[in-house]
Amino acid sequence: MKKEMICIVCPVGCHVSIDTKTHEVQNNKCKRGERYAKKELLNPTRMLTTTVNIDSIHQRRLPVKTTDAIPKEKLFDLMDLLESVEIKIPVNLGDVILSNVFDTGVDVVATMSLKD
Amino acid sequence: MKPYDIVIIGGGAAGLAALKGAYDKSLNICLIERDKTLGGILKQCIHNGFGLHHYNEELTGPEYAERGIEEVLGLNVDIFTDTTVVDVVKENGTFELMLMNTKKGEHRIKAISTIISSGCYERTRGAIQLPGDRPAGIMPAGSAQRHLNIDGYMVGKKVFILGSGDIGLIMARRMTLEGAEVLGVAELMPHSNGLTRNIVQCLHDFDIPLYLSHTISDIKGKSVLESITISEVDENFDYIEGTEKTFEVDTLLLSVGLIPDINMFDSLKFEVSKKTGGAIVDQTYQTSVEGLFACGNALHVHDLVDFVTEESTKAGQQAKAYILNNKKRSKNTLYVTPSSNISYILPQTLDMDDDFNEVVLSLRTTTNALTGKFHVYQGETLLFSEKAKFVVPAEMEKIKIKKEHLKHSGPISILFEVVSQ
Repeated sequence: MKKEMICIVCPVGCHVSIDTKTHEVQNNKCKRGERYAKKELLNPTRMLTTTVNIDSIHQRRLPVKTTDAIPKEKLFDLMDLLESVEIKIPVNLGDVILSNVFDTGVDVVATMSLKD
Repeated sequence: MKPYDIVIIGGGAAGLAALKGAYDKSLNICLIERDKTLGGILKQCIHNGFGLHHYNEELTGPEYAERGIEEVLGLNVDIFTDTTVVDVVKENGTFELMLMNTKKGEHRIKAISTIISSGCYERTRGAIQLPGDRPAGIMPAGSAQRHLNIDGYMVGKKVFILGSGDIGLIMARRMTLEGAEVLGVAELMPHSNGLTRNIVQCLHDFDIPLYLSHTISDIKGKSVLESITISEVDENFDYIEGTEKTFEVDTLLLSVGLIPDINMFDSLKFEVSKKTGGAIVDQTYQTSVEGLFACGNALHVHDLVDFVTEESTKAGQQAKAYILNNKKRSKNTLYVTPSSNISYILPQTLDMDDDFNEVVLSLRTTTNALTGKFHVYQGETLLFSEKAKFVVPAEMEKIKIKKEHLKHSGPISILFEVVSQ
C-alpha cells in the first residue's frame, strides 16, 4: 500500500508517496524528502503546546510545551494527563510541570512566568 | 505638564521593540497598553515557531513576548497598562492624547512624537457579508484563541472554520486537541494562505478536510448556531449550484483577515493606504503627519513576529533621531508604487533628504511563482532586476535599493515577472 504525504522540509513541498511495506519513496526531489517520508511513516513525532489550570488573577490558563517532540500517537494521552494538573503561582518560564512523560525523557514546561 | 518626548501606543511585539529602539537616557518616554499586562497577541499564541530569525531559536508566543518584556523592564520609562487611547489630536506641533482607565477615568498627556504600534483587529462576518441567520456561535478565530488559551473557555464542541490562514489552521488543531470535533476548513481561494507545515501538522495530522474554492453559502440557527452550508465557487467567486454540503456545528470560526487597528487616530487625518489599511509612511516610518510614526501590524500585516520586531525597532530609532536631531519634515519626496503582479510596497514614499545609504522595501506579490524576477524601475529607466524563488502572496518579499541606484527624481515602481509557476 502507498501512503501520500507532503514533505515540509523546504518550501518546495513535494507530494511524496511511500510504500508502507518496502519503504520505497517516490516523487521526492531530494534525499531529505526520502528521510522525511520514512520518519513520518515509521516514527512520526510532534511538539505539543497546550495550557494547564493556574490560579493567577490575570489568566486562568498557563501555557506549556514539551521540551522535545513526542510520538504523535501520544498527543491525546498527554492532553488527558495535563487535564488534572493545577498550578499555583508563582511560576517561572521553564519550570517543569510534568517530567519524563511516558518515559520519553521529555518534560512539559511552563512557557510563561506568572507572579500574581 | 511637560510633554513626553515619545509616546508609544500598544505594548505588544511592535510597541516593545519600538520602545527598545527609541530608548535614550535623555528622553522622556511613555508606553500605553490597554491590556492588564504587556505582550499583546503573542500571549495567546501558545504554539511554537516564533523567533527563528530574531533569536535564532524556536519559541512559543508567550516565550517571545517575555523576552521582549524583559528587555524593556529595567528602562526608566513610564508604562501605563490597563489604559486605552480614546482620541489623539495635534495642536501647535504637540500631540495631545486622551486616555481612559478605571483609576483616573479620562485624562490627558502630551507628546512631541507618537508611535502607532496598536496592532490589528480581526475581520468579522459583517465585513465579509456572510449570508443566512445571525445566531450566536460565530466568532473570529483570534477571539476564540484568547477565550481558550487565556480565559480557559471552550467556545464550542462541533466546529467549522472559514479561511485557511495560519490562525484558522492553528485553531483547528487547538480545538481538536481540546476535545472538539473540527468538521472542516473552507478556503475561498484555490490555494491555502497558510504555511504547508501548518496544513500538514494542523489538518492532515487530525484528518480535517480542507475545502479549497469553497465558501459559506448559508448559516442556520435561531438563537445558537445549528448548521452551516458551504458551496464550491467558480473563478468569479460565485456559488456553483449543486455543490452544497451542510455541516451540523455549534461554532463557526472566521480566519478571514486582519485590519490595522488605527481608528483611535482618526482625528489626526494622516494618509492611509487602501491596500494595507495602515498609514502611508516613508523609510523612517514617519506618516504624513510630522512626528507620527507607525510600525508592526498597525502599519501592515506581517507574516512573522520577527519582522515586526525588526521593523518596529527601526521605527523607534527613527522617532528617537527625530527628537534628538530636531529634524523637520522634508519636501523632497519620492513615491514608490506597485506595478504588475505586486499588491503593495512599503514604505510608499522615500524622504530624499534623509541621510540613508540603502532602503529595504517590503512587498507582496499578487501571484504564486516557482521562479520569477522583480524589475525595479525609476520612471522609464530599469534600475535593476532580481531573481526570486518560491514566491507566494502570503510571504513578504524584500528588495534593497541603494541611494546611489537612484538616477533622478522620478517615482520608483516595481513589477514582478513570473518565470515558472
